[in-house]
Amino acid sequence: MSLRTLPLLFLNLGGEMLYILDQRLRAQNIPADKARKVLNDIISTMFNRKFMEELFKPQELYSKKALRTVYDRLAHASIMRLNQASMDKLYDLMTMAFKYQILLCPRPKDVLLITFNHLDAIKGFIQDSPAILHQVEETFRQLTEIYGALSAGEFQLIRQTLLIFFQDLHIRVSIFLKDRVQNSNGRFVLPVSGPVPWGTEVPGLIRMFNDKGKEVKKIEFKHGGHYVTAPKEGSFELYGDRVLKLGTNMYSMNRPVETHMSGASRNLASRTQESIAPNPLAKEELNFLARLMGGMEIKKPSGPEPGFRLNLFTTDEEEEQAALTRPEELSYEVLNIQATQDQQRNKELARIMGEFEVMDQPRQSASKGDDLLAMMDEL
Amino acid sequence: MFRRERSIPLRCSAAALCNNLSVLQVPSRNLTHFGVVHGPSAQLLSAAPEGAPLAQRQLHAKEGAGVSPPLITQVHWCVLPFRVLLVLTSHRGIQMYESDGSVMVYWHALDSGDVSPVQAVFARGIASSGHFICVGTWSGRVLVFDIPAKGPNIVLSEELAGHQTSVTDIATEPAQGQDCMADMVTADDSGLLCVWRSGPEFKLMTQIPGFGVPCPSVQLWHGTVAAGYGDGQVRLYEASTGTLHVQISAHARAICALDLAPELLSAAEDTFVHIWKLSRSPKSGHTEVEHCHAECVPDTQVCGVRFCDPSGSSFAVTGYDLAEILRFSSV
Repeated sequence: MSLRTLPLLFLNLGGEMLYILDQRLRAQNIPADKARKVLNDIISTMFNRKFMEELFKPQELYSKKALRTVYDRLAHASIMRLNQASMDKLYDLMTMAFKYQILLCPRPKDVLLITFNHLDAIKGFIQDSPAILHQVEETFRQLTEIYGALSAGEFQLIRQTLLIFFQDLHIRVSIFLKDRVQNSNGRFVLPVSGPVPWGTEVPGLIRMFNDKGKEVKKIEFKHGGHYVTAPKEGSFELYGDRVLKLGTNMYSMNRPVETHMSGASRNLASRTQESIAPNPLAKEELNFLARLMGGMEIKKPSGPEPGFRLNLFTTDEEEEQAALTRPEELSYEVLNIQATQDQQRNKELARIMGEFEVMDQPRQSASKGDDLLAMMDEL
Repeated sequence: MFRRERSIPLRCSAAALCNNLSVLQVPSRNLTHFGVVHGPSAQLLSAAPEGAPLAQRQLHAKEGAGVSPPLITQVHWCVLPFRVLLVLTSHRGIQMYESDGSVMVYWHALDSGDVSPVQAVFARGIASSGHFICVGTWSGRVLVFDIPAKGPNIVLSEELAGHQTSVTDIATEPAQGQDCMADMVTADDSGLLCVWRSGPEFKLMTQIPGFGVPCPSVQLWHGTVAAGYGDGQVRLYEASTGTLHVQISAHARAICALDLAPELLSAAEDTFVHIWKLSRSPKSGHTEVEHCHAECVPDTQVCGVRFCDPSGSSFAVTGYDLAEILRFSSV
């Protein structure tokens, strides 16, 4: 498929991740300076020049597993920690949000506007840090340089590549269900009203011409929707009115971010295939990860800065329960770095992942989970 | 006018590609074959008239160098004078099978020698013309394969140059007698249409310029080219001259599939399928179009549509993320 998809996928998913973390940091009453530090650290890591260089190289999309590993790392780029269940939920929300945005994207080219919406919001998070702001604007310029020249056909291929990546994902998200943008079966609502994409005519007209090119007959027909003309085109400049709302922050202080697992579903057959079968491409993916994360300069927490744990659920018990009840086929198995025979690569990756403590962290929930199970047995 | 019939379940959902449904009618055995691309695999199945699925098979793109399993772009049955072949195009090359998908009779690897690392390499657009099968490629080249009456001795006989951007779709029709010049039309990502006359050597007859939007789907019938565009427009042209006859603001999103015989069927990402009646005005001789029917497939980005019988009284629809083939028939 398109070899230009990864930067768009990464930046938009990263943007959604920041929206969610920002909301949870405020909901959990984390002190403002700590919250700001977390977001600054993550954004700074995301937009690191070396990292962006690797990201923007033309390449195929890697598996969901490989990509998930990158976000695990990114989420832990600061003093914040997330348990497995919270990380799973975070990733669910990120992916469903971007899937929604791609699906509803009016023109394939508008995926760039969605990306710019995310970048605009990210700039808002780091207003007081000119150095990071500069990094974000640099990425903006790179996006414009590379994607500004692509044709409609190439954008269509990018969109198709992204939709194939998100195929068969139907996790129900509470905020989407409440806003009626998602049905109870997990599928998104595709409205048949509203403005048509910029450059498209409102359907309903048949025009007939003679051999000289002169219009000889014009009739209208009922097309079934309720469309209106697009008011104006979104801006692709560094600053401007994007017009499109997709990609802007839909979370606010009072909107909890819940997901419901849609449970066993026929459509998950293909995804189960992916996680169970031994991955012959593991080595390639590990090379990719090593290169990509080698560019991530994670700042080690200096001094006695105490870390804290962020919970994506409203209570610790809910988080434990979620970990226990997550359907097998929806588990994101984080890439097993022991899988490769390549000792050199293994050592290098292990070095890079050196600060990445979460994978080795004893699961506190495990012991509590045991208690819960014991309790349930007694019922 | 049309009612929904029983759907045919699929093992896997359909991918968000264009022209993602191929139908082969086998009236002698009272069967219909369906082909749908899922991603790295394609599903073939046969169904009885009421829609009960009878047999199914999955085909995969041939592996090659690369990070992820290669993706299939299209699957299509080609009806030739003495045989029917199933053609599968992917990001690696072109695979041809016996019509039930049981045996691969030919493999053509795409040459990606001098390609810049930015360019995606793939084959897309499949049609048969006489004893030739024509397949489009990412570069704009159209490969013409000479198919023997039986056996695997398939030969690449010609490479047609006419397009500068990736081919999206190809349509053909049997030559309408001696004075018919055009029997093949190819379309690309820039919206350019090339009209050809088939033969031992294919000849480019006319070019119909695009207008900045891709043309993902094209059909040819009785000398009329029907083209669906990325901005939701459907246009009808005279094949031999390239003259525009009809322009329809048909859909609110990109068109993904067309079928023509004798009515025109159009489907787009806006969830709608429309049926149009084509006729020729007795007074002026001009092509006229009338809208017959609109079908909304709720919350579904349609990706494929085909008539299921020669009279056009029934059609089938596929949609992104949908693990079933929807069927409609007229009442």
